[in-house]
Amino acid sequence: MFTINKLSFGYNKRHGNLFNDFSLELNAGNVYGLLGKNGAGKSTLIYLMTGLLTPQAGEVLFDGENVRKRLPKTMNDIFLVPEEFELPNLTLKKYVDINAPFYPRFSMEDMQRNLDIFEMGDDLNVKLNSLSMGQKKKVFMAFAFATNTRALIMDEPTNGLDIPSKSQFRKLVTTGMTDDKMMLISTHQVRDISDILDHVTIIDQSKVLLNTSFADVTSRLAFRPMREGDQPIFVQQSAMGSLVAVPVRDGEETKVDLEMLFNATLQNPEAINQLFTTQK
Amino acid sequence: MNFKDNKAIYLQIADRIGDQILSGTLTPEGKVPSVRELAAEIEVNANTVARTYDHLQQNGVIYTKRGLGYFVSPDAEEKIVATRRDQLMQGEMDYFLGQLKAVGITPAELQGLYSDYLNK
Repeated sequence: MFTINKLSFGYNKRHGNLFNDFSLELNAGNVYGLLGKNGAGKSTLIYLMTGLLTPQAGEVLFDGENVRKRLPKTMNDIFLVPEEFELPNLTLKKYVDINAPFYPRFSMEDMQRNLDIFEMGDDLNVKLNSLSMGQKKKVFMAFAFATNTRALIMDEPTNGLDIPSKSQFRKLVTTGMTDDKMMLISTHQVRDISDILDHVTIIDQSKVLLNTSFADVTSRLAFRPMREGDQPIFVQQSAMGSLVAVPVRDGEETKVDLEMLFNATLQNPEAINQLFTTQK
Repeated sequence: MNFKDNKAIYLQIADRIGDQILSGTLTPEGKVPSVRELAAEIEVNANTVARTYDHLQQNGVIYTKRGLGYFVSPDAEEKIVATRRDQLMQGEMDYFLGQLKAVGITPAELQGLYSDYLNK
């Protein structure tokens, strides 16, 4: 669906490039978690993918079309939920009336279902500027999911959501996801969203350090308390003793600990790269 | 759904479905929720749930009817009990016996404890 091809981009000469010769492929049917440290370029990558920034070299293709052309057929099939946004001083109904026509697969039924999932009630006459930041985010995400674009890209979607809304957000993703769609969630809040992902993409210093499925991670790396004779890739101290990320032996299948996977990948990228590029 | 830390999620979902079959919530020849229904209900990625269903199908616990979805196998209960027995014997039993040895419980004592438990 998205082909990112030898992308180079930097905001200014003094700070150098954020991306050099950066390539990545993202396919329909998957929910990707985009992870990276602060300043790794997650948000910039999202803006490049949605045609909001122009790369100095390389291209981002959506179904084979360069997103920078901002063709209607591209724009009406991609939706971006940025980390921060303003909503106009309108009623929700007016907002939907104005914006929904840009998205051919928009569904009012889905909009109502999504508001219901977020327990936002069904009052479409609510004034958008009377809502709190968290409520604005929920209304905007209810709309985003109702557009039914095949690509839905979200930057820190769970930031600013209260505790029940985080579970409601997971419900929104698992209810709205279909095989022809792709979702990309950029986040630091890995515990909020780990279970709803099937792919993890870790970037740092213009490199893709890891881009693979959870099924692949499960088959190659185990996350568990340390045992005698372990040769772990990563060790983390906890109240329960040492926890390790260790290459799988004798078929053990553990739950993917996304936080440990992220830390292991940043601390020991060579070992991770070697483990994940060997043929099984 | 709350997951334990030590077991792959797709296997924990398989355990949950196994529990529902053993408790009678899901009955032999009864319909199993679709992948998407269950994914939305327990807030887990649909590909993970699809993996659970593949796994259960391979173990003969559920089967597909073309175009109709997944159903509980007639002999699902025996299949689940057999699998769990294997798992117990291979994993937890060894740990359990090690603990008994460590605190010095004799075979005779264990037999008494187990008999009492069964008579409760």
